[in-house]
Amino acid sequence: MDIEAVKLIAAGATITAGGIAPAIAIGKMATKAMEAIGRNPEAASKIQTNLILAIAFAEAIAIYALVVALIIKFI
Amino acid sequence: MNISLAAEHIAGTALTNAIITGLAGSLLILVLFLFLARNPKTLPTKKQNFVEWIVELLLNLATSITGDNQKALKFLPLVATFFIFIIINNWLGLLPGVGSIGFHEVHNNKDVFVPLFRSTNADLNTTLALALVSVSATQYFGASHLHLSYFKKFINFSSPITFFMGILEIISEIAKVISFSFRLFGNVFAGEVLLAVITGLAPFIAPAPFYGLELFVGFIQALVFSMLSLVFFHVATQHHA
Repeated sequence: MDIEAVKLIAAGATITAGGIAPAIAIGKMATKAMEAIGRNPEAASKIQTNLILAIAFAEAIAIYALVVALIIKFI
Repeated sequence: MNISLAAEHIAGTALTNAIITGLAGSLLILVLFLFLARNPKTLPTKKQNFVEWIVELLLNLATSITGDNQKALKFLPLVATFFIFIIINNWLGLLPGVGSIGFHEVHNNKDVFVPLFRSTNADLNTTLALALVSVSATQYFGASHLHLSYFKKFINFSSPITFFMGILEIISEIAKVISFSFRLFGNVFAGEVLLAVITGLAPFIAPAPFYGLELFVGFIQALVFSMLSLVFFHVATQHHA
């Protein structure tokens, strides 16, 4: 295998593996937030801001994987 | 396809295309707000109303997080600047011509296309600078509110556990810089790559919904950056047991 093929496979594998965990995390958080809003609709706006913050933390992991994949691909 | 991870230098000078767009964005913000909010009156005009609406939204957000009007007013200038700077620059990067107007140059006997403009936040230098400002401001606000007792969080010899907690706190401050800068850079740069790929696949109509998505991402990232800064400022100024 030449180096280009290894790079392509590595970039694909990085973002695949790095995408799974944040997807699960965001799904779990959103489920809980929906449940909470269903129980107490008045608190929806407060839950929403906290949800966005928490999702940003989980999403950051996916973004790290993406940055690493882009570095593998383009450098 | 022409995608470069780093910002390109224009004509071999230290000036990069990301700096040009950043300066244009800063100038735009300056001129816009000077025009909109010049000689404020008690009975606001339409232009002044618009600026007051933006400031009030951000102030309400800050108050809802800090739960204290005094503190919110103290943090607002920096947080609002982050928000407005990031959102204007994210949206400037979506304008047609950014990344497509440029010239050809020869590097290492290869013909390379150098765009004249590039979204500022798609350059790691800009986002790193923003992150450093945010984290330094956290230390400043913490130290000015709690004085020397703020640093007890980092250096504490009262027990081995607190000592190791201090080391972890120092690491988490450094990690904040990395996560702030990579989050913003990754989102904006990934957006540019996404748009380039979609435009390469299907040049007509298909990219339109993705531009909508990028507008949304630009707003969310500006909101996330300013809100996270706000939360970190707030946490740094709270007393610890």
